Amino acid sequence: MSALFILMRRELSLAWGRGGGALYACAFYAGLATLLPLAAGAEPQRLAALAPGVAFATLALASLLSLERLFERDFEDGALDLLVLGSPPLEAVCAIKCLAQWIATGAPLAILAPVIAIALGAPPVLAPLIVATALLGGIGFAFTGGVGAALALGARRGGLLIAVIVLPLFAPPVIFGAGAIQALAAGLPWTPGFVFLAAYGLAAAALSPFAMAAGCRNALS
Amino acid sequence: MIHRLSVDNLALARGERNLFTGLSFTLSAGEAVALVGANGAGKTSLLRAVAGLLRPEAGMIRFDGALGALEPDEARSGGLHLLGHHDGLKSDRTAREELFFWARWSGGTEAAIAHAIAAVELAPLLDLEIRKLSAGQRRRLALARLIAAPRALWLLDEPMAPLDAARRAAFGALMATHLQTGGLILAAVHDPLPVPARTLEIAAA
Repeated sequence: MSALFILMRRELSLAWGRGGGALYACAFYAGLATLLPLAAGAEPQRLAALAPGVAFATLALASLLSLERLFERDFEDGALDLLVLGSPPLEAVCAIKCLAQWIATGAPLAILAPVIAIALGAPPVLAPLIVATALLGGIGFAFTGGVGAALALGARRGGLLIAVIVLPLFAPPVIFGAGAIQALAAGLPWTPGFVFLAAYGLAAAALSPFAMAAGCRNALS
Repeated sequence: MIHRLSVDNLALARGERNLFTGLSFTLSAGEAVALVGANGAGKTSLLRAVAGLLRPEAGMIRFDGALGALEPDEARSGGLHLLGHHDGLKSDRTAREELFFWARWSGGTEAAIAHAIAAVELAPLLDLEIRKLSAGQRRRLALARLIAAPRALWLLDEPMAPLDAARRAAFGALMATHLQTGGLILAAVHDPLPVPARTLEIAAA
């Protein structure tokens, strides 16, 4: 069994184990989206117009929640030292951690996203595209979020620092993702936004492992 | 495989504070070195520097194999074990899950893991969660990693502190076996090591 495969299994078991990070993220997502009708008023037409955008923006916020645990726990208990001393490069370790974050937290959130959009009044035909954009956007959230998590290692109140570093990086996927959904809702071509979203996710997955590894090495030394 | 560790004119600092300068020593296959020094002298930092986790301010750390110098990153990733105060064990996982993960992560085989479980008497603890283990039991689990994935250089930070007398003797026997088979041990200690070892004193700069 390859080392990276067993690392992936460990990461998933840690993410799904006691503490239930993914469940909290989903509950937070649902709660956040419920605040909107309370703030913006309950007129169905107004809510329906806002629904796709709100579903995507709150998805970004919910994706922030478990980022703090991505490297911090391993950093504090010494596991990160041992991960660095394994034979796979640290960049691969970081990529696997983000991939596991995407599977454990990003995927459940993506499944919840159309439910929330429809509950707010979005037409159900949008559901497949909402899931697809939320999954793709989730790749961007997990990998750029990982960069923030690695940079914030060892900082006091790291969770807040992560949010400050990462929220600007979350802007492009929110723009492209919500844009694609709104385009489909308005009967316009939705592929450009979707393709940009995919490109952002792939670029983040390709580049951020190097930044994460540098951040981890810096925090350890 | 690492046959010799050479530290040449090494200087380490933590933040603004210089720990020591001009430290040189070599450690060859079959040898053990006991690092002694006051609290805060830099024993742990030296171990972390050898493991490549801490960048030296000055000086060289070199690994030699049977055929000459080794590339440091390669030598480290497959050639050394670091056993520190922080053992990397997750409190809500079972001893079995953690042992198998770390042993395989470090390149251990099933047979070697079984041998390690016997060597540090872990069998009755395997199904317990890490949070339920005592400090000594946790340490034995961490030690099992060293046996389960054979690597030449052991960097040990006060390895015996939480162990009882019988387990110290047992660990001494494991260290002796490791040295006989060409291993190297660099250990930060306050009590003497249970194997013949040179003593290296680290004094503040």
